[in-house]
Amino acid sequence: MKRFKLFIPLIIFVVIAGFLYKGLFLEKDILPSALLNKPFPEFSLPTVKDPTRKVSRQDLLGEVSLVNVWATWCPSCRVEHPYLVELARKEGIKIYGVDYKDEREQALRWLKQLHDPYVFSIEDADGRLGIDLGVYGAPETYLVDSKGVIRYKHVGVVDERLWHNTLKPLVEQLRKEEG
Amino acid sequence: MTRALILLLVLLVPQVQAAIDTYEFSTPDRQERFSVLTDELRCPKCQNQNIADSNAPIANDLRREIYRMLEEGMSDDQIVDFLVDRYGDFVLYKPRFSAKTLVLWGGPVLFLLMGLVVLFGLLRKNRQAQITVRSSDKASAGANSPAAPLESLSDDEQQRLKQLLGEK
Repeated sequence: MKRFKLFIPLIIFVVIAGFLYKGLFLEKDILPSALLNKPFPEFSLPTVKDPTRKVSRQDLLGEVSLVNVWATWCPSCRVEHPYLVELARKEGIKIYGVDYKDEREQALRWLKQLHDPYVFSIEDADGRLGIDLGVYGAPETYLVDSKGVIRYKHVGVVDERLWHNTLKPLVEQLRKEEG
Repeated sequence: MTRALILLLVLLVPQVQAAIDTYEFSTPDRQERFSVLTDELRCPKCQNQNIADSNAPIANDLRREIYRMLEEGMSDDQIVDFLVDRYGDFVLYKPRFSAKTLVLWGGPVLFLLMGLVVLFGLLRKNRQAQITVRSSDKASAGANSPAAPLESLSDDEQQRLKQLLGEK
């Protein structure tokens, strides 16, 4: 027993060192979403392609979908864009865009030149919807179920690995749950 | 002393101004609360700056939102709730007390208690040792009794000593 007592400081040291070591390698740029398993926020905003058309949360309901926050000023968005085009074409999942704090002219040019993978892109010119979503940088992608509940959030580029390892299994599981 | 004070003021003033010069508040109280709130809330993007100091676009947006909410007459708690609902506990430099932050708040208290327990343990041991040393001193100073030093040994040790002596 007395011997054991001698080791207590060492044990405490190892435990603390373990936590600190783990903290070193956490991806500290990535915050968990506060909106996980909460309804997608309400909004009423125009689309990029048709400023007279107002869309709202209702327009996102009905099936499992991705909501992708993008902008022409965001270099990583350009990196992920070709993969989104491929996803929309091949995988049969609806992708909605949120054009975050962007210029409409540039956004239209972007969609024309790089193809448009989105059902529509919501024009969030002043970033108000972005704040309600807890967006702190682009690109961000949200997985939304058919009832409009946010089920997953990814900060950063959507690529093949993310789709196959994370998003696709989740989408399939949600579709199964919903029948 | 005065030089240090002047330096401090020079260092502090521009920061405070940077946060408030773009907005006009209807009351000085709101302006004061604005600078306190933007000072205490953390920018979600830049992570090591508060909302007042950060130049990130998101910090700019959040300053605008906080200004709007203040002018709409929302309370400080409502504004903080608004941000926590969207960005999580992360935006609070001083986290709230909840199940998630229990370790954060309780940890230091726990460590303090553990430290005190060890400290008192050591003190008690030390005092006992001194008492036994003193009593053995007295004993040896008084009569040159051979049994006296035995008192400073623990029961185990005395037994062992007897055993060793007996074996000889």
